[in-house]
Amino acid sequence: MAPAPAAQTYLGLSGPALQLVLLILSLGAFSFIMWKRFGLLRLGAPDPRFDHLWTRLTKLLVVGFGQSRQPRYAVAGILHILIFFGFLILSVRSITLIGEAFQPGFSDIGPGYSSVKDVTALVVLICCLIAIVRRAIFRPARYRDRHAHSSHAHEAYIILGLIALLMVADAVYEGSAMVLADADANAFLPLASGASEVLAGGATGTLEVLHLAGFWVHNAALLFFLCYLPVSKHFHVITALPNVFHLNLKPVGEIKPPRHDEADLDKLEALGVEKLEDFTWKHILDFYSCTDCGRCSDHCPAYFTGTPLSPRMISIKCRDAAYSGYPIIGRRKPKEEQPVLVGETIADEELWACTTCGACEEACPVLIEYVDKIVDMRRYLVDEGRVPASLQKPLADLEKRGNPYGKPPRKRAAFGRGVRTLAPGDKTDHLFFTDSCAAYDPRIQETAGAFARVMTAAGADIGTLGKDEVDSGHEVRRLGEEGLFEELRDTNLEALGAREFQSVVTTDPHAFNALTHSYGLEQPVRHHSQVMAELMRNGKLDLQAPDDDRVYTFHDPCYLGRHNGEYEAPREVLDRLGLRTVEMERSRNRSFCCGGGSLYLFYEGESESRMGEVRVEMAEKAGAQVVVTACPFCLINLEDAIKTTGRDGSMEVVDLAELVDRSLSTPAAAPATAIAGGQATPGPQTD
Amino acid sequence: MEIIVCIRRVPDLSEAEIEIGRDGVSLDDDDLDYDVNEWDNFAIEAAVQLKEEHGGRVTAMTVGDEESEDVLRRALAMGADEAVHLMDDAFDGSDALGTATILQRAIADRPYDLILTGAISGDEARGHVGPMLAAMLDIPMVALATELSVEGGTATVQHEVEGGLERITRMVLPALVTAQTGLNEPRYVSIRGIRKVSGMEIPVQEAGDLDLDGSQVGVAASAVTVEEIFLPPRGGGAEMLEGSEETVVQKLVERLQQEGAF
Repeated sequence: MAPAPAAQTYLGLSGPALQLVLLILSLGAFSFIMWKRFGLLRLGAPDPRFDHLWTRLTKLLVVGFGQSRQPRYAVAGILHILIFFGFLILSVRSITLIGEAFQPGFSDIGPGYSSVKDVTALVVLICCLIAIVRRAIFRPARYRDRHAHSSHAHEAYIILGLIALLMVADAVYEGSAMVLADADANAFLPLASGASEVLAGGATGTLEVLHLAGFWVHNAALLFFLCYLPVSKHFHVITALPNVFHLNLKPVGEIKPPRHDEADLDKLEALGVEKLEDFTWKHILDFYSCTDCGRCSDHCPAYFTGTPLSPRMISIKCRDAAYSGYPIIGRRKPKEEQPVLVGETIADEELWACTTCGACEEACPVLIEYVDKIVDMRRYLVDEGRVPASLQKPLADLEKRGNPYGKPPRKRAAFGRGVRTLAPGDKTDHLFFTDSCAAYDPRIQETAGAFARVMTAAGADIGTLGKDEVDSGHEVRRLGEEGLFEELRDTNLEALGAREFQSVVTTDPHAFNALTHSYGLEQPVRHHSQVMAELMRNGKLDLQAPDDDRVYTFHDPCYLGRHNGEYEAPREVLDRLGLRTVEMERSRNRSFCCGGGSLYLFYEGESESRMGEVRVEMAEKAGAQVVVTACPFCLINLEDAIKTTGRDGSMEVVDLAELVDRSLSTPAAAPATAIAGGQATPGPQTD
Repeated sequence: MEIIVCIRRVPDLSEAEIEIGRDGVSLDDDDLDYDVNEWDNFAIEAAVQLKEEHGGRVTAMTVGDEESEDVLRRALAMGADEAVHLMDDAFDGSDALGTATILQRAIADRPYDLILTGAISGDEARGHVGPMLAAMLDIPMVALATELSVEGGTATVQHEVEGGLERITRMVLPALVTAQTGLNEPRYVSIRGIRKVSGMEIPVQEAGDLDLDGSQVGVAASAVTVEEIFLPPRGGGAEMLEGSEETVVQKLVERLQQEGAF
């Protein structure tokens, strides 16, 4: 019979006494470490994250326990899911094994669980070994970050090794007992049986030692594991589930206010995030929860094109700063001894390279937020005057003239052939908010004109604010110039308030996002893809089938798709137009940013390639000759990219509104054929 | 270090459609946007940077109307410690000599180590006030500074001279330096930054405070009179040269030779 660990003495200590000592040491250390870690959270800014408890619980179940984002990377995802669920199942085992040191037989809770435990342990062990081999030999590119100065990769090996050790130790413990009890190999206990096969033939004395060693190694490894978690990247084992629970329930497109506890911008002593403690407690929890998996940076267009930004490094660097600034042993470092977070640890250039596309947040398995943090850090830079020269001019122009081009306000309605300009007191059904691109950029004026024609053809009443409109302020806010954003917004609200309208429509997803989330309008705000889809659905448009067999692909704009969840309306329009479409490799919520956000058109930062060019290459790879956009920035960037990559002539970029406009039956043409009829008619008059 | 920065509010003529006023000697400013003179902005930044490095005070001064208070507030938001507004109807229409006279009177009684101002202004581009002011104060000066540092009581200035050359000059303070664009990267002034200094008091000094009258400043005292302002005649526009890279270069060289470029 195998010796019971509880019944032995070890250097004078009884089994229970030894276990008690180990428990006190490890739980004591663990509590102490956790208390220190928690201390920093208490210093963070307030953040209301205890609302909508049922929604939060649901998300916790689906994203947290359900690991719903893991399978996006198939191999790593499945490995992680297996290890995660294995961990949960084996937690019972771990706890009962601790009790085994106090009372023999405590861990024997029945053959059902024993079998489940054993199969699980085998699966987990195999997964760990695969994971180690994969990481060490196949070296997935995602794991190494090109901006990392030091690597935390050793922590991965430590944890995988520890988990494997736990499985092996338990197997030795069980296997040796099986041999000592002369039990048969059992198909329902594959791991223990396997161990017993290996240990069969060993001397009784050796087996007894191995039995006890297996037990105490498992015990010690587990208690060490517990304390290792909060000092490594595996802190996420503890914090990930709470982090998911406290997720951001605001619409993705909305930016957090500078402070949740003070609404008046002028009353704030300091603006934005300069140091770690300026982050909200939830953002600090984000740093603790980062698993260093690299999925965010793998999706980041700024990282892809070789800018200084890597979202993952922001989390890792902030976490490292938290660990070193608030050490477990010793006092918190005084400010003078800590490196400056914004400026040194995180360079200004990293922050300005972000287009706020949100791909990072969409990819993160533990729902870490990035855009709000980057905006908060930019707010600090703006307050300090540290804005890159190339962005200062458009910001100054926005302040003085209400548009980033520096063009005169009175020319804002210049595009509007056939679109009514509403004077204060006027009424319309659809207020067309053009925003600055459509108002001033000649290419985008064509888009706005096309949309206006479509609306007119549908008999819809539409009007603009004319020169009373100023820029929506969407990019201004995301660049951190909160004061200027408020001014622009208030100017627009005043202009909007002076007119009567049923709804607001825009061809610009950035304006759409701002008007929807930051303007507090009573009227619904819609994007032109949504409006056109609805018109088509209701048969309000007479359209001809296109005489075009080119392949089309839709490029999801970040602020229509990811930030506002609208992927279907544009596709519905393309379908109803009867066009041949394909999907690009990264589409819908994985869409690759064109490089338009954060006034990127004006910013001269360092990069190895341009986002627009990368995207055009993806379109070509998917077999498309025409890229359809629904955003002025996308249109400009992709058209530029087609020219600079020499595809002028073989590929075209067109806005959704222009497509619909081209398909409108003109009165002079033959009677329009319904799309369903599918009969080709002479092509519509094109410009 | 005591630093005085002389700045001016000028119209932004880069994107504007310029319309000559009815009097034929000024611009129609209905549609014009005004802001601090770009060169002066570099001077303010240089002053604040020097103060941050060496300690001391920065005083911003301007000769201008009520609206000019904006540029003084901007300077305060950038880090100037105080501002002085030299404003009087009598000052209107002063030429460079008149402006320099006003500034000299305002500065003469104050302690200063360094006076900074922009090399030229964006609207008139004459570059006179700085040198005149230095002459009136009888201090050394250097114009078109591209780099500036101060050590002990000496200013070391790298500045542009003719022929695309640059020179390094050392001057014993007090001295005057005019700033060329690119001297530094001026910090951004946010809306919040402006609002933070909106309550600071900016004393106004009038002609009487400075012991000046219409014989020394203003239109009547101008040594320079503007006869006429007019837009240059429109040219033919751009001509595009077609062909391969080599052909185009060849054609370009021929054309430049024809036009007498070399």
